[in-house]
Amino acid sequence: MSHASPNPRGYERVTAGKISEIKHHPPHTFLRKHVFSLDHKVIGKQYLDLALVAVCTGMLLSWLMRVHLAWPETSIPGLEKLSPNGAAGGVITPEYYLSLMTMHGTIMVFFVLTTAPFAGFGNYFLPIQVGAEDMAFPRINMTSFWVTLVAFLVLVAAFFVGDGPPLSGWTAYAPLSAVGKDAGPGQGVGQTLWAVSITLFCVAQLLGALNFITTTLDLRTKGMSLARMPYSTWAWFITSVIGLIAFAVLMPACILLILDRVAGTSFFIPAGLVISDRLQPHAGGSPLLWQHLFWFFGHPEVYIAILPGFGIISHILPVFARKPLLGPRVLIACLVAIAFLSYTVWGHHMFLSGMNPFSATLFSVPTLVITIPATIVTLLWIGTIYGAKLRFTTPALFCLGFVSVFVSGGISGFFLAQPSIDTYLHGTYFVVGHFHFVMGVAAMFGIFAATYFWAPKMFGRMMSETLGKWHFWLTFIGVYCVFMPMHYLGLAGNVRRYSAFTDDYLKPMIPLHRFITIAALFTGAAQLIFLFNLIRSRFRGPKAPDNPWEATSLEWSTTSPPPFDNFGGRPPLVERGPNEYGIGSGARGVDYLMQAAAAAPVSTR
Amino acid sequence: MTTVAPPPAPPRAAAAPPIVEERPPRPAETGVWIAIGAISMTFAALTSAMVVRGSAAPDWRHFRLPPILYFNTVVLLASSAVLEAGRRRIAAHLVRATLGLGLLFVVGQVVAWRQLAAQGLFLATSPSSAFFYVLTVLHALHVVGGLGGLTYVLRRLSTGGPAPATALGAATLYWHFMDGLWLYLLVLLALRV
Repeated sequence: MSHASPNPRGYERVTAGKISEIKHHPPHTFLRKHVFSLDHKVIGKQYLDLALVAVCTGMLLSWLMRVHLAWPETSIPGLEKLSPNGAAGGVITPEYYLSLMTMHGTIMVFFVLTTAPFAGFGNYFLPIQVGAEDMAFPRINMTSFWVTLVAFLVLVAAFFVGDGPPLSGWTAYAPLSAVGKDAGPGQGVGQTLWAVSITLFCVAQLLGALNFITTTLDLRTKGMSLARMPYSTWAWFITSVIGLIAFAVLMPACILLILDRVAGTSFFIPAGLVISDRLQPHAGGSPLLWQHLFWFFGHPEVYIAILPGFGIISHILPVFARKPLLGPRVLIACLVAIAFLSYTVWGHHMFLSGMNPFSATLFSVPTLVITIPATIVTLLWIGTIYGAKLRFTTPALFCLGFVSVFVSGGISGFFLAQPSIDTYLHGTYFVVGHFHFVMGVAAMFGIFAATYFWAPKMFGRMMSETLGKWHFWLTFIGVYCVFMPMHYLGLAGNVRRYSAFTDDYLKPMIPLHRFITIAALFTGAAQLIFLFNLIRSRFRGPKAPDNPWEATSLEWSTTSPPPFDNFGGRPPLVERGPNEYGIGSGARGVDYLMQAAAAAPVSTR
Repeated sequence: MTTVAPPPAPPRAAAAPPIVEERPPRPAETGVWIAIGAISMTFAALTSAMVVRGSAAPDWRHFRLPPILYFNTVVLLASSAVLEAGRRRIAAHLVRATLGLGLLFVVGQVVAWRQLAAQGLFLATSPSSAFFYVLTVLHALHVVGGLGGLTYVLRRLSTGGPAPATALGAATLYWHFMDGLWLYLLVLLALRV
């Protein structure tokens, strides 16, 4: 337990305080290498693969919903096999529509937006960016992934057991979610599976957050002070702090929900509740209690989804702007402020819940306040681009796209933060457009930027720029066509969560819904370009150099892909922050300074 | 796309601030502190749920806590004291004693649940009993997790595994927290149930 003396080449083995189980040796068996791996890089890729499967599932579900919304009578071939009751003859019933919506939301929010940018990329790059060999607790890290996978399988199992998936939405509002079978198809076994799945997911993410925080605090290499950490690391670190608190609240809430469902307790079910003509054998519970517990998690969850994107964009933009990020300390202060404020705004999801209207005002104020740090961050990005000779690579385009959709979606948030306006808009497509832009699409653009940026490091192969640009432009145009019109639909009073718009006043909206559906199919199909690019480049892409983008952080000081212990047994010595771009006319035409000391580590491959 | 050789050390680098020597990091202990944060949050959430549920409807049924809980409290406090001594001396037999006392505590909790059940107080009987079971079972599960941790530390101590003191220190910290958490729960339950 002591610092070894630095060797003459400027590297030193950082053994201080590391318990030796961290220093595991490269595994030899296939199972240990690729399946039950303790290597954070493999675990990171496993998370990303899981997210890829999840996002394809989630998108297919959204397609089914969109097709049904545009052509409610249409029979979707094959769907009857999946759910003979929910889609008799291939036509989706209103109940089954809600099931699809619930599963789409749950899969996307938990298993894509949390899993990919945070658990996936964070796992892979956080240890490397701080110069560590691995996470602090590799076994816990592995457990975290496998529990997440089990959670996903439990959730998806809801499609195949009982009468299908739950229909109470990704927010699982009680008492609908708590009373069981009487509440509708899927509210029996399906809803229980949902609650078990989310409980498991919480456990997994708590273990993950534990690892992220400890690694950031304790395993930084020599010279990597907190202030020198890359912004992506900062974002993952702050996100894990948010996650630690948020998932620690959702987990007991889900346990109480499960008990209401299977053990006959009445935490969330009020007295005298009659559902499906049956008096529920529960009494005294508070449905509002579930909403409070859920949204206390739920709003921070929004930031769990988007803050890694903030970090990724802040990390990538300067690389292609060839300029230091504007106001790095302000950025970090803003991220911290957002993290803190994210715990004070949950009630803005509940303006219509029947809680005291005075609390609505109370929650409205911090909701408006939290837009300030978010706006500052956006201005920092724009300021960074200003006057820069931008290199328009695919990751750079996705960064710009991120800023664009985040601003577009963020602005509608200002309106929704006002309780009086929200009263009208809350139940409409305005909200759907808002959160898909600001949380869904923005986070997805962050994921895409990260994928194109880091794929060379992760797989040692470059992705195709041509295909990447096609993918970007089609997606960028596509998402605006999908989600922008939803704002207008909302203003026109188009309610959300309806499975068809056959009422008189909704009929005129159907053409616009058809447009959205076609745009959604088109945008979804454009993702095939990405899939093809990803898979082909993984095997066939041109070999990636160690530092293809001329970036500064530690992952670019090692080989592509990095060796088993990330730096070939010689942790880098960090001399400066990650923001050293545009350094005059450096020698040999180099305009940036790497964070690590002069020599690159030797590959052990 | 070209590979760029790492640039030569520039003059600016000389001005890099000296690296401040900090305490050697102890990830295991940091990890336990973070876990303490998360577990505290979980029980805080349940506490607030208990308060909200208590005022939601007039169906809260007060009952007397089983007296064995106070005996269990003494056992748990004693186990913590023994473990603290064990940590200072890195003594395996004291860790083993803690393990025994910890098990005794869990068994005592099971007895308490059975006594309540014998009185006709089950999980679904009243919100008060529901919260009693949820809080105590969740705490007991965390204690069982601590027992697992102690077993792991013991194995390290006996096989001469690496850094047993660090692991023991972390386990002790966690165990003390289980103590503190139990005292909090006992007061909460005594006051509200």
